[in-house]
Amino acid sequence: MKSTEEIHKLLVDQFGEETLEYKPDEKVDPWIVVAAGKIQEVAKFLRDETGLRFDSLMCLSGVHYEKEEQLGVTYHLASTSEKHKLTLKVLMPQEDAQVQSVEQIWKTADWHEREAFDMFGIRFEGHPDHRRILCPDDWEGYPLRKDYKVQEFYRGMKVEY
Amino acid sequence: MTTVKEKSPEVSVTPPVDAGNGLKTQEMVVNMGPQHPSTHGVLRVQLTLNGEIVVKAVPHIGYLHRCFEKHSEEMDDYTKVIPYVDRMDYVAAMSNELGYAIAMERMMDIQVNDRVEYIRVIMAELQRIASHLLAVGTFGLDIGAFTPFLHCFIEREKILDIFEKASGARLLYNYIWVGGLMNDVPADFKKDTAAFIKSFRPQIKELNDLLSDNKIFVERTANVGVLPEKVAINYGVSGPSLRGSGVKWDLRRDDPYSIYDRFDFDVIVGEGRMGTVGDCWDRYIVRVWEMEESLKIIEQALDQMPDEGDVHEAVPKKIRPPAAEIYCRTETPRGELGYYIISNKKTSPYRVKARAPSFVNLSVLPAISVGAMVADMVAIIGSVDIVLGEVDR
Amino acid sequence: MLEFLESVMPAGPMAVFVFSIIPLMIILLYALFAIWMERKVAGHIQDRLGPMRVGGWHGWAQTIADLLKMIQKEDIVPAKADRFFFKMAPFIAFGASYGAFVAIPLSSGYIGSMIDVGVFYIVAITSLLSISIIMAGWASNNKWSLLGAMRTAAQTVSYEVPTIATILSVVLVTGTLNLMEVTELQSGNSFLGFLPNWMIFHSPFMVIAFVIFFVAVLAESHRVPFDLPESESELVGGYQTEYSGMRWGLFMLTEYADMLLLSLVTVTLFFGGWNSPFGPFLDGPFWGAFWMLLKGMIVVFVMMWLRWTLPRLRVDQLMNLCWKYLIPLSFVNLVLIALWEMIF
Repeated sequence: MKSTEEIHKLLVDQFGEETLEYKPDEKVDPWIVVAAGKIQEVAKFLRDETGLRFDSLMCLSGVHYEKEEQLGVTYHLASTSEKHKLTLKVLMPQEDAQVQSVEQIWKTADWHEREAFDMFGIRFEGHPDHRRILCPDDWEGYPLRKDYKVQEFYRGMKVEY
Repeated sequence: MTTVKEKSPEVSVTPPVDAGNGLKTQEMVVNMGPQHPSTHGVLRVQLTLNGEIVVKAVPHIGYLHRCFEKHSEEMDDYTKVIPYVDRMDYVAAMSNELGYAIAMERMMDIQVNDRVEYIRVIMAELQRIASHLLAVGTFGLDIGAFTPFLHCFIEREKILDIFEKASGARLLYNYIWVGGLMNDVPADFKKDTAAFIKSFRPQIKELNDLLSDNKIFVERTANVGVLPEKVAINYGVSGPSLRGSGVKWDLRRDDPYSIYDRFDFDVIVGEGRMGTVGDCWDRYIVRVWEMEESLKIIEQALDQMPDEGDVHEAVPKKIRPPAAEIYCRTETPRGELGYYIISNKKTSPYRVKARAPSFVNLSVLPAISVGAMVADMVAIIGSVDIVLGEVDR
Repeated sequence: MLEFLESVMPAGPMAVFVFSIIPLMIILLYALFAIWMERKVAGHIQDRLGPMRVGGWHGWAQTIADLLKMIQKEDIVPAKADRFFFKMAPFIAFGASYGAFVAIPLSSGYIGSMIDVGVFYIVAITSLLSISIIMAGWASNNKWSLLGAMRTAAQTVSYEVPTIATILSVVLVTGTLNLMEVTELQSGNSFLGFLPNWMIFHSPFMVIAFVIFFVAVLAESHRVPFDLPESESELVGGYQTEYSGMRWGLFMLTEYADMLLLSLVTVTLFFGGWNSPFGPFLDGPFWGAFWMLLKGMIVVFVMMWLRWTLPRLRVDQLMNLCWKYLIPLSFVNLVLIALWEMIF
């Protein structure tokens, strides 16, 4: 059982300050912001390091921060053996949203990353099956972005009713 | 507006192979679904078959996609999200509501009184039984046994009657609200529930006699679709499907929410009694025995439930949480249901993401179905127990 | 029977026509009744009532209503189907099933044709059924239908072996292939004095033969737990997937006719055919037909009972059961029955 603060210290020892940012928040769970190009390494470390053993990725969600013009991916990790939880975040600019895939580390990420791509247009480098999952393959736009406008026609069918 | 270039891969079939006797054999691609009697909804699995043996299975989902998350953001009130939450896992709506209510209460720091807590737990556990009955019944149906399905439905009907008395609805209840309940339970709620428990206990035994120990049923499900422990955790499988693989992991015990720490119950895990740990039979039997455990919880809750208490006591007039974000998970009949809610001090959520257990559990399908037969595919899909409303949201 | 009809009818061909149509009448009436009965049996096994509305008393007219609906339905032939074979298949299926009734002695006064190779004829002509199913599955141009058809081919061919082996053991005892003679040999009381002289009471090995035969018959008529060709939860509808309306109805009729046929064969071979269970009491051509159909319906009921109780086997398990257990057992049993015949 380790707190987010302790885990953050461990991570800083391993990867250095510049890739990580600790965001304590007294209201709800604190989180750690990780650089988009480092998430795969960090994830691998978190999963394999003794004492951490984050063997399950509970949830992977895309978020659109409209004001900051940023897209984010939130990783909620849990450990079935150590019973601690951790929240990681990756923030990217809206125009060029690219992040490393963690599909090789937790298979849960496979479909979740496809969903994040489908809904937010975040691209996951190294994902083996990178395509839309819930919307049709030729759907236009990313529905959960705050500035999303629904397309007028889909294959000749009027979308808005 | 961006145009998406990624298309689903073209169906690639291997060229015909000479079988050695002048004949040629070729793999066959079959679409199982979206209209198929045993995919439990509009799931489509693209099967590549070698005769009757599955070489590759690719699930295609999204046929029931409503974008619940967008709906939630568009609502002008947090309470208005609850009916949409109901429609995710439409056979276990109570559990979905409970998860959402607990997430919101944690975010806003609301304490509900004991009566509300006990009613919620009883409702959630009754819902678990109802949902497991459906899962077990339709699993039997997939294997070809029609009768247990209807026997299960008779019992499920009794639970729905109890729900109807309390909430007025039989499927989508909108009963558990943030900070309380829609209204108090009717006067004969305790009596009805106790009567149900009494009549239901012998039925579990009958179900075991009729289905669980049936030789043909065991032959069809044991050693089929084996999901090893490591794979299950790595794929994030949760709920009875995870416990079927022998992992003693139940959020009610390991990460208690509501008042589950006050009850005494066992976490049922698969032991591989009929075959290998983690086969379809194990996933099935975990559900059967979990119903018994739920009965135990309901009995204890009925004993301890206070008669006094206002169920509207803590219901806020207007929900306006502080700017915060929370990930809250609960154990629904299908597994770990997580809500990731971001608020920005407005009356509608900025982002609601539901981590649907069926969605995650289904993603393991390609990994455990290779080498199975077409008939086994049906058993595997049935044993993972998916609800397409929740997979597609 | 034919002589009687010829004496009351003016013209010879007319009498032959009436004579040959009798089994058809029986099949049609039986199918109407059996489908209703199946629903009732299913209903009561599942703690419900089954049809209760149509026609008033216990929904007796439900099947008639369904039949009327089915006749009115559009006859859809898929665009890419092989039209000729697609349309032909249901007729061949029913023809095969109906043709087999020729050799069944319905009572001491009625048998379609006194052919001396009756049993052999029945086994041969029911094989046509699997050909029609393969036709239906292949001509539908649907992959599920094809899978169903392939399963049928494998299943029927395999299960014919134990069927024939057990029929042989009866033939070994009776010494004739003519079913009328087989039945006549079963009249009177057995050596124990109180049991009827039916084949099932002949020796303990005959009971084993009956069990093997019954399992094989279930598989031949594609009933649960061996309903793999049309297993609705896996193959959508198997070979029937693309059929609709009356063509589908004909397959349904065939299924029920086949059930009756195989039940009657079972009764004739093992349960004394049209013989009364009470010796000479209630005997005679009319009562013979009554006993025959009653016994047949009891076997049909057992088939329904099994259907609503058991799950379905998988295709490889089905083959295992046949080739690894039933076939060796039936041949060993055949030898044992032969020894029994030599000793007693």
